[in-house]
Amino acid sequence: MFWDQKTETIERAALEALQLKRLQATVRRVARKVPLYRQKLAGGGVKPRDVQSLADVRRLPFTTNADLRDAYPAGLLAVAPEEVLRLHTSSGTTGKPKALFFSRRDVANAAELMARCLVMTGVTRRDVLQNMMTYGLFTGALVMHYGAEKVGCLVIPAGPGNSEKQLLLMQDFRTTVIHVTPSYALYLADFLQKKGVDPRRDLALRKAFVGAEPYTEETRRKIEQALGIDVYNSYGLSEMNGPGIAFDCEHKCGMHLWEDNFLVEIVDPRTGEPLPDGQTGELVLTALCREAMPLLRYRTRDITSIIPGPCPCGRTHRRLHRITGRSDDMLIVRGVNIYPQQIERVLMSLPSVGRNYQIVLDGLDEMTINVELAADGFDGHVEHMTRLQSEIVDRLRAEILTKPKVHLMPPGTLPVSEGKAKRVIDNRSL
Amino acid sequence: MSAVNLIAVFAENQLGQMARITQVLADADINIRWVTIATNESLGVIKFLVDKCDLAHQRLHEKGWTVSLVEVLAIEVEDRPGGLHAVADCLARNRINVENSSGFVSHNRAVLLIEVQDVPGAQQILANQGLHLLSQEEILKL
Repeated sequence: MFWDQKTETIERAALEALQLKRLQATVRRVARKVPLYRQKLAGGGVKPRDVQSLADVRRLPFTTNADLRDAYPAGLLAVAPEEVLRLHTSSGTTGKPKALFFSRRDVANAAELMARCLVMTGVTRRDVLQNMMTYGLFTGALVMHYGAEKVGCLVIPAGPGNSEKQLLLMQDFRTTVIHVTPSYALYLADFLQKKGVDPRRDLALRKAFVGAEPYTEETRRKIEQALGIDVYNSYGLSEMNGPGIAFDCEHKCGMHLWEDNFLVEIVDPRTGEPLPDGQTGELVLTALCREAMPLLRYRTRDITSIIPGPCPCGRTHRRLHRITGRSDDMLIVRGVNIYPQQIERVLMSLPSVGRNYQIVLDGLDEMTINVELAADGFDGHVEHMTRLQSEIVDRLRAEILTKPKVHLMPPGTLPVSEGKAKRVIDNRSL
Repeated sequence: MSAVNLIAVFAENQLGQMARITQVLADADINIRWVTIATNESLGVIKFLVDKCDLAHQRLHEKGWTVSLVEVLAIEVEDRPGGLHAVADCLARNRINVENSSGFVSHNRAVLLIEVQDVPGAQQILANQGLHLLSQEEILKL
């Protein structure tokens, strides 16, 4: 199913012509309106008219996280303040947050792209969408909310947490779709099990849109299995609208990125040099349609690749591989680069291992993985657990090339979160 | 069949774990007849022979402990020099691989508890060798 079939299946040549036109317009506009870009372009000796082809995007300066923080609150605004309709911020875990502005057209456009995503997975106006993301300064919930309303769904703005109430709403209003973080989806699955609720029998759930944290294919399968639903991967970032930038179609084989709205590049995170399709690197996005705050070549710090080749759904917009890490999540342990997602992938592939885990770094690069046994994984034999521990160590060593300690724990021992999970505890005294 | 159920509790190697578990059993008026602890460097499994196995399982589970039942064989051993050797020799001759074992003597009757992979198979072999395997009821009456 399509929301906007003409745009979603546009010929590549026509798409690229449209991208170039929009890129040129964006560069002209930011050069005129945003002092930071005027300086950056002048510093790199680039004039807007130098952008003659899409390949010329490489001549444009990058925009970084630090640029956004320095520009706080309104340094990157490209429209008059009265044109701004909405403010979001992006998590300021270190120091100042990033301020992100939306004009009327930006709000409408974010909903439009979200509508494409929803319909692409088979959502119709008959669906009931329970939105379990945080409403507020975070874009995750609101953009989904507007997109689902645009499609005509009944939207329940539940927000995260309060699982008792989530269950009540799901039962009473026959919720068919949930929008949720992977850690809360897993938490909810456990909660339902404890309550004796069989989602296949007792609920009307069919789909979950899962995003806001990177997760693995194994986690997707665990959620699908536990809830008896299809899980669609959702990618977005507040700097570029929020969710709805790239989304799984019905084939769940990579997330179509709406290239009429965003120019996508994959670069080597260390050198910034572009990488070809199929190679893994940092995702860099240029907003082609954003009005209030268009960013050029924004370094997302998300590690992914572009999946080469066409998708059976017929959409021509290229697909992103699921995010395998964040360039700033990367741990360096004994000189080896490790993404927490690599560890998660190994753990989730072992059926006797539970869903909760923690990576603890101590002293001089000592790595311990605390992992819970699955709820039904205990058979009373310490030998079997010792064997499982060594199997986890071996598999992890094969994946991350360094040998961690593995500490198997009874189920329910590690802290559980109803929001974003804290997986890494770094106590190193380096 | 004459296998004996032990209740196994998954406990981290931490101070006071044993006391917290035995508190639950004491509160439920459950008598512990025998206990063994198996550990590796980070975790432990405490196994109990108790008079009310199902109740112990239920209460520990309710209190949030990870518990499981473990089936073991209780072989009666003659309480004399060479008694244990006769049984060990029989196990070896019949190639029964013992994963864990422990023994105790109560009222002049000696018992060897063994954990094996194939419980019914081992039961058959040991019975054929003329060894007496105690049932749950028998062992609790010792």
